[in-house]
Amino acid sequence: MNDVSQSLSDYEQAARQQETRRNWLLCTPALVVLVLAASGPLLVMLFYSFLKSGNYGGVIYEFSLDGWFNVILVRDIFDDVLRFADAHLSVFWRSIKLSAMTTITCVIIGFPTAYFIATRPRRSRNFWLFLITIPFWTNLLIRTFAILELIRNNGVINNLLMDLWLIDEPIQIMYTDTAIMIGMTYVYLPLMILPLYASMEKLDFQLVEAAYDLYATRIRVLRRVIIPLIKPGIVAGSILVFIPSLGAFVTPRVLGGGKNLMLGNLIQLQFDQGQNWPLGAALSITLLAIVMVTLLVYVRYSQRSGGQDG
Amino acid sequence: MADPVAISVNQVSKKFGHGKDAFFALEQVSVDIRENEFFTLLGPSGCGKTTLLRLIAGFEHPTTGHIQLRGEEISHLPPFKRPVNTVFQNYALFPHLTVAENIGFGLEMQDKPAAEIDSTVAEMLQLVQMESLRDRRTDQISGGQQQRVALARALAPHPRVLLLDEPLSALDYKLRKGMQIELKRMQLETGITFIFVTHDQEEALTMSDRIAVMNKGRILQIGSPTDIYDRPSHRFVADFIGDTNFLDGELIEANSEGAVVRLSSGKTVKTGPTDAAANTPVSITVRPEQAVLIEDLDAADLQGTVTNVMYSGTDSHFHIELTSKEEFVAKVQNAGPARRDWQTGQTVGIKFHSHVLQVVSD
Repeated sequence: MNDVSQSLSDYEQAARQQETRRNWLLCTPALVVLVLAASGPLLVMLFYSFLKSGNYGGVIYEFSLDGWFNVILVRDIFDDVLRFADAHLSVFWRSIKLSAMTTITCVIIGFPTAYFIATRPRRSRNFWLFLITIPFWTNLLIRTFAILELIRNNGVINNLLMDLWLIDEPIQIMYTDTAIMIGMTYVYLPLMILPLYASMEKLDFQLVEAAYDLYATRIRVLRRVIIPLIKPGIVAGSILVFIPSLGAFVTPRVLGGGKNLMLGNLIQLQFDQGQNWPLGAALSITLLAIVMVTLLVYVRYSQRSGGQDG
Repeated sequence: MADPVAISVNQVSKKFGHGKDAFFALEQVSVDIRENEFFTLLGPSGCGKTTLLRLIAGFEHPTTGHIQLRGEEISHLPPFKRPVNTVFQNYALFPHLTVAENIGFGLEMQDKPAAEIDSTVAEMLQLVQMESLRDRRTDQISGGQQQRVALARALAPHPRVLLLDEPLSALDYKLRKGMQIELKRMQLETGITFIFVTHDQEEALTMSDRIAVMNKGRILQIGSPTDIYDRPSHRFVADFIGDTNFLDGELIEANSEGAVVRLSSGKTVKTGPTDAAANTPVSITVRPEQAVLIEDLDAADLQGTVTNVMYSGTDSHFHIELTSKEEFVAKVQNAGPARRDWQTGQTVGIKFHSHVLQVVSD
């Protein structure tokens, strides 16, 4: 009797091991792609950031920390004094600020939109979601130029306002941080709406009724019941908007002009006109580090402030 | 001597949908619910009982008609302005709050001082015997415990009226029995008017002071459990509550004392009072346990042949085909004195006591 159960458990264990091995085998293609496509380029970047910059772009295979130095420091060409690279720091700051503002704007616009969709009858929800995804069909560059067409001095909005005699001269939106923010909000808004909708759809609206019943006004129902319960969606949407905003490249280039650089443009500049590949590589890794630290802080914070599974 | 009216529902109709799809969930419903009363809305699903409850809670607003709370019009107040709380069918506890925070939610929203919230929450935890679980999350407690928290949460703000939407339907049989007794105890202890919605007739009969039986958006009869069971006014009421027999007959005469009906057998029987006009065909209802089976066919009101005998422990059920081809079921207590050794195929007489027969309208 004991022998039988003993050998049975042996058999079970062997079967389980075999299954684990088979699962790994099944994962292999995906793992290979992941390692080659994600880690590979990253390792190349890391490697390049520790090399010397070539005269006309490219790298010289010699160890150097210049790339990393130049991320925050700059050596004055006349007196050889090290200074903080103000230009780089202001680009870092602008990138983080604009991405944060874009994320917040997306939450403010996305929340009522997602709420609207989630409260439609089940049949018509797909139609509204379909409308949200339509912009994805168009190339990012074209969408960005469409925004440009709206906000430029001779564009739709300014012309309309002037025709209505509301303003005497066009409002300068183009080539400002505001323009970048408007553009990025437009581009990344669906990435906020979709996760928000997903968590709102799961929300039990009877909880909202229960809160109304227990003397909560509309604003308090929102603050005390709806927002805490859909926090996973807010967190997911914020991450999805913040990360690509931080590295955004096309939108700031088109709408911000040459002056209002963001990190993506700065990096692109190093590989292009700047011909300083190690600096570009070091900046890329820095961007990655900023994203990771921000995410960690954000997720930790949103977990602590009451969400059960934020 | 009756208590004053807590909730007065006056000629309320509720229409859902528009145009072709429109239908009335409630039609011209009027009812007065008294203070300190355990009042039950009983009916099959889709009869409008939950709609009526939601109108009183304020989640819906009546299409026509008025709802008053202690004489004050509340039909168009939002839920958070009504001193009325609801226990939801699936409890609707806030999953992101603890047991104690759930119970204190209503008080917190009323901006009560923290000390008062704490003491009321403690009091409520004691009332529902949940003191030891105050800091648990609501998904870490059992269904029966969630039920108690939902009850405590709704009672904590001391509402004038407590609405209960089939609160026991998700519990298993034993827990349900226990909660029935507890609910009744809490109603007596708190003195709050309970309006209880259920489709379970047994639950309604055991717990209620008064019952309103609803069907298809209308209230058919309002009365005490004995009124409803012994003197059903409608065929639907008699059929929905308990088992019953219907017999065709013709009304000979009626007054405020009672009525005389001629049965299909030609015999006349006395029934309770009715509004039906004389010389019209009527249906009368009689409960299976209210018929006596006898051997003497001449003394019987009806006679027929036993077609089936079913033994069910406490009772025996005798299925009888009457001479008029109608089906009749008689129930005889096995421990009682009445004769019960009738065999299939045997001809028996059926005798009624006059006070148990009731004319019902369709």
